[in-house]
Amino acid sequence: MELIQQLVNGISLGSIYALIALGYTMVYGIVKLINFAHGDVFMVGSFVGFYAITVMDLSFISALLISMFTCAIFGVLIERIAYKPLRNATRIAALITAIGVSLLIENGLIYIRGAQPEAYPNNVLPMDKLDIFGVSISSQSILILSVSIILMIILQFVVHKTKIGKAMRAVSFDSEAAKLMGINVNNTISATFAIGSALAGAAGVIFGIYYIKIEPLMGVLPGLKAFVAAVLGGIGIIPGAMVGGLLLGVIEALVSAAGYSLWRDGVAFIVLILILIFLPQGLFGKNKREKV
Amino acid sequence: MLKIEDINVYYGNIQALKGVSMEINKGEIVTLIGANGAGKSTLLKTISGLLKPKQGKVLFEGDPIGGKAAQSIVKMGISHVPEGRRVFANMTVAENLELGAYLRKDKEGIKKDMGKVYELFPRLLERIKQQAGTLSGGEQQMLAMGRALMAKPRLLLLDEPSMGLAPLLVKQIFNIIQEISEIGTTILLVEQNANLALSIADRAYVVETGRIVLSGKAEDLTSSEEIKMAYLGGH
Repeated sequence: MELIQQLVNGISLGSIYALIALGYTMVYGIVKLINFAHGDVFMVGSFVGFYAITVMDLSFISALLISMFTCAIFGVLIERIAYKPLRNATRIAALITAIGVSLLIENGLIYIRGAQPEAYPNNVLPMDKLDIFGVSISSQSILILSVSIILMIILQFVVHKTKIGKAMRAVSFDSEAAKLMGINVNNTISATFAIGSALAGAAGVIFGIYYIKIEPLMGVLPGLKAFVAAVLGGIGIIPGAMVGGLLLGVIEALVSAAGYSLWRDGVAFIVLILILIFLPQGLFGKNKREKV
Repeated sequence: MLKIEDINVYYGNIQALKGVSMEINKGEIVTLIGANGAGKSTLLKTISGLLKPKQGKVLFEGDPIGGKAAQSIVKMGISHVPEGRRVFANMTVAENLELGAYLRKDKEGIKKDMGKVYELFPRLLERIKQQAGTLSGGEQQMLAMGRALMAKPRLLLLDEPSMGLAPLLVKQIFNIIQEISEIGTTILLVEQNANLALSIADRAYVVETGRIVLSGKAEDLTSSEEIKMAYLGGH
């Protein structure tokens, strides 16, 4: 029973990783950039949600939507200001810029509001314990998991059924050919950043509600782990990020359950190393073959 | 319909087109022939907006389009079937065709034109739900052409449609190019297979190291000794 509870915890944590990993993977898919500032967008989303709940006295859903919307705009601004001028530069230049943007956001926020942590109020979501087949699961975990799953379903719908989603897939496959279809590549890249950042914002609010404590450097470790999750699933592949995130959350929970909770952060990076050695294309990646 | 006046195009410091001028009239099939690396593809890319001319003018129906973004040029009525087909391999045949109509909003018209494309290329209808990456080279060429037609172009740019295809398939593709022309689409065709290109073209330009060295009616060029020697494998 203990094990099943840990599994549920792992899936909840994993769904947060998955939401962040989606942004990493979508951005990588379209501009081949590991956006290391993505973890900080998650952090900003968490703070926006916090202020929406405490200062503006909003409900969970409104706070979630406001955070997603703010992060979407924030993500587009980051892309337009920092990354777009480097579109044709070397990849290492863009990567270093991403690290710089990350530091700027973290320290910018510390400059504005100080480095002290905040605590999400614990009455945002009902805190009942549900008894399912003898396993006690908090209603919060279930709600968090449902929100994540709903967001991922919406994302799948957007990517596969809408015009902008098809444009995103076309640009990420071959941006020059996409231009010849009349697709505006810049707008499509912006849309990708907006959607990825909105998901990170949602993850930020969910994280705050689940783990209570938030602070300006909170994005670093979940950001890195979400990156591991994206690589685990196969970078650039959307279902891969979902599965990679959930898997990583479960692995961490199981390591904790086995009594090695101090090792849980390390395990994520052991997973990264193993994946890079034995399966560099990730679980869902395939070696590209081209037909002539 | 299309008029190019004295354009210079560069890749970085390397000049790929040197003072090229040419003209395409409505309803024509015009072909560009020349060796590998002569600048034929560069010229097509400049027309479709993937490259920008440093000097000179590109006029489409009187409007300057040199330097415009590719998407606005598609909207004006020029579609480009790039070298190597460049289909979206991770999407189905139907999705590829839908993307061809990306800028159009008339759902009815799109549906109708999709039907026309399937009429022109019945093979695509058989493969409608298949991923484009699993198609054969000839089928991918058909898809790339169908996709370009979905934008309802008035001028169609075709870059090496015969590349890597079996002779029977090449013949089929060229028959379809003639059909497309008969429907009323003007065509600019780049081909290495000069014999074949001249056989369906009205006029031709010969490109050599970034310059147009010869131009004229296709039948005149076919019988010219110079062309025979250089491009038609004559003696």
